[in-house]
Amino acid sequence: MRGFSQNGWSLAGLVVLTALLAMGAGDDARFNNLGHKLMCVCGCNQVLLECNHVGCAYSDRMRGELAAGLERSESDDLTLQTFVQKYGPTVLIAPTSTGFNRVAWVVPYLALALGVISLVVLARNWSHRTQPVSNSASQTPDMLDAYRRQARKETEL
Amino acid sequence: MSQLGSYALLLALALSAYSFIGGLAALVWPGAQSERLGETARRAGIAVFGVVFLAALVLVAAAFADDFSIAYIFHHSNRDLPAPYKFATLWSGQEGSLLFWSLLLSSYGLILRLRHRTDTRLFAYASVIIAAVQVFFLLLLNFAAHPFAVMQGSLPPDGNGLNPLLQYPEMVIHPPMLYLGYVGFTIPFAFALGALIMKYPGEKWIHITRRWTMVTWMFLTCGIFLGAHWAYSVLGWGGYWGWDPVENASFMPWLTGTAFLHSVMMQEKRGMLKVWNMWLIFATFGLSIFGTFLTRSGVVSSVHAFAQSSIGDWFVGFLLVILAVCLYFYIVNRHHLRSEHRLESLVSRESSFLFNNLLFVLFCFTVLWGTLFPILSEWVQGKKVTVGPPFYNKVTIPVTLLLLLLTATGPLLAWRKTSLESLKRNFLWPFLGAIAVGVAMIVFGVRPWTDISYFYALMAGMLATLVALTVISEFVRGGRVIARHTGQSLLPSMLHLWHRNTRRYGGYIVHFGVAIVVIGILGTPFNQEAEKEMGYGDKVSLGPYTLVCRSYTQEDNPNYGNEWAIIDVFRGGKQITTMYPERRFYKASQQTQTVPRIHATVREDLFLVKDLYLVYEGINPDTGRPIIKAHLNPMVPWIWIGVLVMIFGTITALFANAAPVRVTVPARVPEPATVGAGD
Repeated sequence: MRGFSQNGWSLAGLVVLTALLAMGAGDDARFNNLGHKLMCVCGCNQVLLECNHVGCAYSDRMRGELAAGLERSESDDLTLQTFVQKYGPTVLIAPTSTGFNRVAWVVPYLALALGVISLVVLARNWSHRTQPVSNSASQTPDMLDAYRRQARKETEL
Repeated sequence: MSQLGSYALLLALALSAYSFIGGLAALVWPGAQSERLGETARRAGIAVFGVVFLAALVLVAAAFADDFSIAYIFHHSNRDLPAPYKFATLWSGQEGSLLFWSLLLSSYGLILRLRHRTDTRLFAYASVIIAAVQVFFLLLLNFAAHPFAVMQGSLPPDGNGLNPLLQYPEMVIHPPMLYLGYVGFTIPFAFALGALIMKYPGEKWIHITRRWTMVTWMFLTCGIFLGAHWAYSVLGWGGYWGWDPVENASFMPWLTGTAFLHSVMMQEKRGMLKVWNMWLIFATFGLSIFGTFLTRSGVVSSVHAFAQSSIGDWFVGFLLVILAVCLYFYIVNRHHLRSEHRLESLVSRESSFLFNNLLFVLFCFTVLWGTLFPILSEWVQGKKVTVGPPFYNKVTIPVTLLLLLLTATGPLLAWRKTSLESLKRNFLWPFLGAIAVGVAMIVFGVRPWTDISYFYALMAGMLATLVALTVISEFVRGGRVIARHTGQSLLPSMLHLWHRNTRRYGGYIVHFGVAIVVIGILGTPFNQEAEKEMGYGDKVSLGPYTLVCRSYTQEDNPNYGNEWAIIDVFRGGKQITTMYPERRFYKASQQTQTVPRIHATVREDLFLVKDLYLVYEGINPDTGRPIIKAHLNPMVPWIWIGVLVMIFGTITALFANAAPVRVTVPARVPEPATVGAGD
């Protein structure tokens, strides 16, 4: 019960902190944040706010549209959606986490999980199958020589 | 001139085909006759170098002679192009860079064929495989991307010029380094496939290819970081890595190649991971070809894809042939690749290599997945999506941190099994050092709870410190042992230790370099920038710096016209430097290009060095005044220093070991003791 209440307080603290941070974020921060979620579509393959072509036919206009969207007090999602409708889905810098695009995000983590599980299973199987080392008293000189060669191989180049 | 080049390429194709078919016949039907046939095939392979070299020479000579009757020279050079860039014309376009690929492959082939006495039969197999790869590239050059194609109609008075982005000194060395890396992986691939085909006994092929692989890896590392430095110094967006598909293409074989360099030690020492290593080097070579395909086919859009055409189908076909051949011989001869030993403990050097390989391969898979997802999305959804830096950063940063942890811990684990006591003994001080750095970072303002990027920076700082300290502690501990037995002081003892086992300690130096690179990268979340239209005397503040525009002006030369600003930089009221950000207009190509200026604040900040990075973005047509964008990028210079350390470490690892330290000891110890020999 005590642990639960501690977790509850931590969660509440986190929510309050997040809310305070969100309230503190001004339009400049939102502009910067959203501008880094969009690509310039002039073909330079750069983030909208990092496109450095003065006179670029797109980036200046897109920045203006972004600022206008923020002035209209649109939500972040609505602003981004407006850009998607106008310039197509490639204007977003990363796949969304909806529909088929979710696959883009899930697959690497799935691969990591599968890799780790496979490796642990493999390692456990290997270590269980390892032959026990026999008593040194029963070793013949030839076997000891072989072990010495092996030791040399494993420690020398 | 174009005819000479064309005939040289045809002759090279004929010689390569002979080297492949003759060499193959000699291996398949052994006998007295076949020995002579094999020898002529080897010599034909050697001759390929001379003929391809001639073709490359002709192309470079045509660039210097402004021979615009050759279409390639017309498209990639012009009369006023400075001499070094005329030389770089060889690899500036698609046809030339494929010729350069072929030239490098024939150079590697030349060295290999001249050293064939090391193991005649294995080298014969490798030679045939290299000849097969060479045939593919020469087929491309002769029939799909001919560098000596002539212009139709009247002769143009001047060429289109070189892409302005490529007119930068590093461009003269970045592509050759990258290509030396890409092409170089053909050699370990050829040896691995040859060893598999002939069921080569033992691990000698790994010993033979070890230096080839390390040199190749070093060139690829050099090429990647030169590319990053070029992007930083030329593209003018203030960053050095943008997860562009072509950057990714060079990074993927580097990742699998790095995994191979580690896992191959398990095969050498414990006879383990034979199948894994075989496929790792197959994948590395395949990814090198795939990288060339990405760069040249135009299948994905990239700022680096300077040359695009329809040769993509050729590469897809070649990749399928490689896969089929590798798969066939693996299935037929897989019994030859049985492990000699099993893992004995999860806390051991072996298991650290296993996890290290898993992470490298997963990293590579993530990069490949992100690069190809736009194409997959188009197939499935009918629309392309962009997979940019946020995707890669989110997935790869945690993997990189785990890799750093393994870089710190792996080398200190023993083969077979590590005791808890030894772990405590080896890690205590480095661990405490890393904690101290973490606390210092928090004290100096890194707040990991406010932003995930700060959390990553804190972790990267601590883990990089852990890596650096474990490397230092290894040197010191080993040096002390030698010092105790020889009476030398610590530093000469440490040098002796390194010389005694260059591979191990060279590898540690590479790890140390990686830690420095990470320290350079962790400054990214603290980047600052400002943009302002600046007239005479206008000021802009950025961090502790004040930038004052003293003047702006224009100049003209035969190659380009330029506009530039003169910006005085002040800190604490004292002028520290003057910078000249510039923007050029190249006349032949009719393209503009920014030339950022960078000032590293070494004198002012020492270890916490920053790059002050100024970009002349252009003139506001309404006011006639320049727009200057300024970036303040902390720690970036450490990246380039770290790379130099990595290269130094790799070079030292290539040296042969010195003799063991012979210690004169009392008679009751019969054998001389050796130190610094483990790996």
